[in-house]
Amino acid sequence: MMRHHDFVAAFAASLRDGVPPPGMTAGRPEETARRLAVYRNNVAVSLTEALRAHFPVVAQLVGDACFAALARLFAAGRLPPSPVLAEWGETFPAFLEGLPALADYPYLADVARIEHARLQAFHAADAPAIDPARLGEADPGRLRLGLHPSVTLLRLAHPAVSIWAAHQPGAARSPIPPGPETALILRERSLAISVRRLGPGDAALIGELRQGKPLLAAAAAARAADPAHDPRPCLLQLMTAGALVEGTVA
Amino acid sequence: MSGLPAAAGIGFKPVHFAALRAALGKDPAAIGFIEVHAETYMGEGGLLHAQLAALRQDLALSLHGIGLSIGGPDPLDRAHLARLRRLCDRYQPESFSEHLAWSSHGGGYLADLLPLPYTSETLGIVADHVDEVQQTLGRRMLLENPATYVLFEQSSIPEGEFLAAVAERTGCGLLLDLNNLFVSATNHRRDVDAMLAGFPLSLAEEIHLAGHAEESLPDGPLLIDNHASPVADPVWALLAEVVRRVGPLPTLIEWDNDVPDWPVLAAEAERATAILRSAGQPEGPAARTSREQPA
Repeated sequence: MMRHHDFVAAFAASLRDGVPPPGMTAGRPEETARRLAVYRNNVAVSLTEALRAHFPVVAQLVGDACFAALARLFAAGRLPPSPVLAEWGETFPAFLEGLPALADYPYLADVARIEHARLQAFHAADAPAIDPARLGEADPGRLRLGLHPSVTLLRLAHPAVSIWAAHQPGAARSPIPPGPETALILRERSLAISVRRLGPGDAALIGELRQGKPLLAAAAAARAADPAHDPRPCLLQLMTAGALVEGTVA
Repeated sequence: MSGLPAAAGIGFKPVHFAALRAALGKDPAAIGFIEVHAETYMGEGGLLHAQLAALRQDLALSLHGIGLSIGGPDPLDRAHLARLRRLCDRYQPESFSEHLAWSSHGGGYLADLLPLPYTSETLGIVADHVDEVQQTLGRRMLLENPATYVLFEQSSIPEGEFLAAVAERTGCGLLLDLNNLFVSATNHRRDVDAMLAGFPLSLAEEIHLAGHAEESLPDGPLLIDNHASPVADPVWALLAEVVRRVGPLPTLIEWDNDVPDWPVLAAEAERATAILRSAGQPEGPAARTSREQPA
């Protein structure tokens, strides 16, 4: 008799090719393939819908039918490595980037990067925000601010933040500026996930903080990127969001 | 027993958080417990955990795994099992349950509950996996009967006997999904009363109810267990029959797709409550214990 290992391997193959594995049957054996199709459909729909839930703007941009085809192609090459589907889409942006058929949508991968970062922010660990008094009392030359685990900074080759924002419910129609953008994704104190477009100074400031640089050095890097940069509004926004956490004092 | 109250519970969805809290504010006994999918809560923090921690203050909790692949031939995913252990440690659920099914193969997750032949070989595999889960989690688990669309010539053990044998070997309890039982009976042209008679009812510690969709084959209906509609009348009748035979059990309304507004879900839970109370024992001792001492 077929061992269970071989049986499951044959069943898994049948989910791809629709040929029932040895021994699979039904009260009326001629119905077996039709019944196997229920499982084939369940697998395809579950994986497609999981991906669609995590990349809703990508799905809007390419349309439902195209997205379903992309999801099936993606799943065929890389099934989720674990049952935690929220972790599955990490390589989806690079997959989109590598598809010649999507050459006319060069920004799609960057939009997917934003959506993946939003999902990571949604599930990221909690961390207490820094006590605002610490900012006033510490030596800014030595103070290292931490960033909340939900914070992601993305330097994108395409105006993907503007595209993403234009596809949110109720977004006003406005022209998309060409050129690269930097995205800041984080979880607010309300636990909602925000996506902001950063100017070059703020992007440099947060990038340096992310590297663990002291506040003074980060502010200097921001001025190098934008000579008129004032770090205070950005720091205030981060603090309001609860995105600054205790770092280490050198 | 599982420690869940012998009352109606709901599969909790984040969209219902405020409505559920409001319902509990009006009537603390409106919902007896909640159940959540373990895999949904394997992130570290954020909204999902904030909600669950808040609800856990007032409600008994059932953690329901959908991805361990207990019926598969591969070794259980140790990293996944370790995360499950951490989740159990964090929330101390009154119950953990999983499925008699497989869902992963060769390191890839297929996102469906797939059936297996019932043989002496698969009985050994399933029992070993249940043992490993119980040892890793340091708690008993419940094993759920599947909804199936196909049969296997290899099967040599009836499903009810297979489940009873796993329970006998491992000490686990059973989760009786009455919609699954009805779907399988219909799909395999079997008498549902005979299917129920073949199920080891004395080992059932929780009941699941859900809706199904109906397709048609030349020979009759093909029911699809899709958790996207109200519980069907014949499944309610099965609940009444089970309650008549063994008394009230923790009974969950599962509605995972096309999730309805709260009042629709709450009405399903009320209907279950009415049937459970018809046995004349609205709350067993477990109910009072878990309300007074939420872990």
